[in-house]
Amino acid sequence: MKLLWLQASGCGGCTQSLLGVDSRAGVFAQLAASGIELLWHPAYSEACGEDALVLLEAAAEGVLPFDILCVEGALLRGPNGTGRFHMLSGSGRPMINWVQRLAGRARYVLAIGTCTAFGGVNAAGDNVTEACGLQFEGEERGGLLGRDFCTASGLPVINVAGCPTHPGWVLDTLLSLQFGALAPDDLDAWQRPRFYAEQLVHHGCPRNEYYEFKASAQKLSDLGCLMENMGCKGTQAHADCNQRAWNGIGSCIRGGFACIACTEPGFEEPGHPFIETPKVAGIPIGLPIDMPKAWFVALAALSKSATPKRVRENSRSDHPVIAPGLRRKRPK
Amino acid sequence: MSRRLVIGPFNRVEGDLEVTLDVVDGRVASARVSSSLYRGFEQILSGKHPHDALVIVPRICGICSVSQSVAAAAALADATGLAMPANGRLAQNLILACENLADHLTHFYLFFMPDFARDAYCGRRWHATVEPRFKAAVGDALKTMLPARADFLRVMGYLAGKWPHSLALQPGGTTRAVTPTEKVRLFAVLREFRAFLETMLFGDALENVSGLTTPAALDAWAAGRSSDFARFLDIADDLALASMGRATDIFLSHGAYRSGSGGDCLLPSGVWAGTGALLDAQLISEDVAHAWLHGSAPRHPTQGETRPLTGEFDAQGDKVDAYSWCKAPRYAGRVAETGALARLMVAGHPLLRALVAADGGNVKTRVIARLMEFALVVPAMERWAHALVPGEPFCNAWKLPEEGCGAGLVEAARGALGHWLRIEKGRIASYQIIAPTTWNFSPRDAAGVPGALEQALVGLPVGETERSPLAVQHVVRSFDPCMVCTVH
Repeated sequence: MKLLWLQASGCGGCTQSLLGVDSRAGVFAQLAASGIELLWHPAYSEACGEDALVLLEAAAEGVLPFDILCVEGALLRGPNGTGRFHMLSGSGRPMINWVQRLAGRARYVLAIGTCTAFGGVNAAGDNVTEACGLQFEGEERGGLLGRDFCTASGLPVINVAGCPTHPGWVLDTLLSLQFGALAPDDLDAWQRPRFYAEQLVHHGCPRNEYYEFKASAQKLSDLGCLMENMGCKGTQAHADCNQRAWNGIGSCIRGGFACIACTEPGFEEPGHPFIETPKVAGIPIGLPIDMPKAWFVALAALSKSATPKRVRENSRSDHPVIAPGLRRKRPK
Repeated sequence: MSRRLVIGPFNRVEGDLEVTLDVVDGRVASARVSSSLYRGFEQILSGKHPHDALVIVPRICGICSVSQSVAAAAALADATGLAMPANGRLAQNLILACENLADHLTHFYLFFMPDFARDAYCGRRWHATVEPRFKAAVGDALKTMLPARADFLRVMGYLAGKWPHSLALQPGGTTRAVTPTEKVRLFAVLREFRAFLETMLFGDALENVSGLTTPAALDAWAAGRSSDFARFLDIADDLALASMGRATDIFLSHGAYRSGSGGDCLLPSGVWAGTGALLDAQLISEDVAHAWLHGSAPRHPTQGETRPLTGEFDAQGDKVDAYSWCKAPRYAGRVAETGALARLMVAGHPLLRALVAADGGNVKTRVIARLMEFALVVPAMERWAHALVPGEPFCNAWKLPEEGCGAGLVEAARGALGHWLRIEKGRIASYQIIAPTTWNFSPRDAAGVPGALEQALVGLPVGETERSPLAVQHVVRSFDPCMVCTVH
């Protein structure tokens, strides 16, 4: 399959993330080995200026067939619907026009990252640039291509959301398409691939024991659970970040800071400071997914009262101060 | 005979770039550099909780993400006079150095060298070796370089959670304390990266490279050596890259990598214009005479504003001279260049000082400076990792001031990055950013003086049939521009 990549209004971070994919000989070798040919990518390809424009024009006219269109970055419709805030340089035309034309020719359209899927950080504040995603504007279906957009393959835009997106999410999506293993049913309600979006960041959380006992971090760099005070949305956010390592070993929570739910539409405007948990009467308003409030409150009260000293002390330190005890007999 | 060339999309740079050239008698007579995307981050930040800047600003740029975080954290710390514990500063240095060096690697292998693998150079003696090694996106070098880069980024996995876009970088330090074993593993990651550099990039020990102090010593070192740095030097001499891309030879650095105790920087701040001077940040101003932005007189960033034109701003509009979303920063009214070369000029590295004394800042010296930073900074990273003390604090608590202002002046891979913020009633009242490429790729100012790249392009040869002249591509990419930062 042939892949064409465009960068709209984004930070380029999803491209940078993809370069770091865990692979024996790098992302290009892996794509090539799987039969995916990179037709053009603004950061990697040789063709510059007119050579690139000729290629893009041929693709947009249907003269140069291609299969996959990856778009990275929000689509800027401003000012006043003109798209003038982002012209594809050298072409004299707004990027949104190029994306609309090329999307109509692709068998698959991928929104790479949350900006492209939902608008993301570009749409924060007053959204002066009129940023939106390919098929969503925040939680609203629509976006640049419209709610009914569907490619010849029968798939709508595939939202590989994340800020940035994980290189493995992009690669697994591309390889699934190449090997015919991604059907409309494999996308969730936000059109994200279910293989990573039907997990919670909470799954595999390294602070699991602190969560169980509601032994909460009081300040940045504490080891305790980040949910109660530090704004962590890991129990509500859909992604497999703590089962699929970032940069070999990491994740946001492993790095000592909250999950800010960057795979979700609207994450950029949480309505509270990102690293503070919003509460009503001392109880976080963002409860774990699928958890009734009364149960959560009861369980939290019980587990707090049952917190071992080791867990409580360690939760308020940036390094373990009490080691787990040893029994003289083997574990049963 | 004169003609006009418009080059875009100008690829293998970060973000959107358009270069317009007026060519007279086979040479560039004048150049206009345009950033064709407006992103509006300074407007987004206005009214936010100050701490939220740490979520928003890294997302300005996915390749300078940590630099943006470090600048914001420094500005927030400055607003309250907060200091970091030694571990926090060391971890921050490691994280920032990891990003900056990973970017240098990306620039050399993915953005810059592929131009020499083009068919247009097939007659050159080095082409048969360089073509399979550096061909864009498929060259053999990538099969080793990309895994080495990914392994090096494990520094981020250990210290920052992930890259890009980490919240680990805080005004009071970093959020991730390492255990004694993680410190050992961090050291092992750095050793592996050193081995990659010494085998593939240099073909010699880092200390032998950083110890090269004269152009003659560099030539002698490179002669007959089989390494990617030596290959570049060979190409540079054959194509006379030292004669291409000279700008104003005024170099500006904010200074990078303060010691654990908060003392001197590994690479100090300053300005070099034939002689060295201290940096006076009050002398920085931004001019919008040729930008699609409201405003008139140049302003210091503490008084700056960013309001885009939204009506008719083409030929029939009321700002007919504007051609970019980029502002024009000036230092004491003058055009300055920033980046690895500027850092090493200010720091006084004898090899770079001698090369610039001979031929000025140019394509060759910019690339040498970037590679020289590997040789200087990786050993420093080993020292910083060694100096971490598990068990001691990494992060001091930051308290939101109701009122305050602060500046964060740091060095990104591409050069001087500055954040200036003002807090009123516990909210961000003003946030202004000057990114490295804003300096290097600035448009003309009110006096009509072109920016650094615009000056560097003048005089370059343009072949009769060339639509995207190769010399122009070499010069543009020698700055390693980041356009998404530029148009924050």
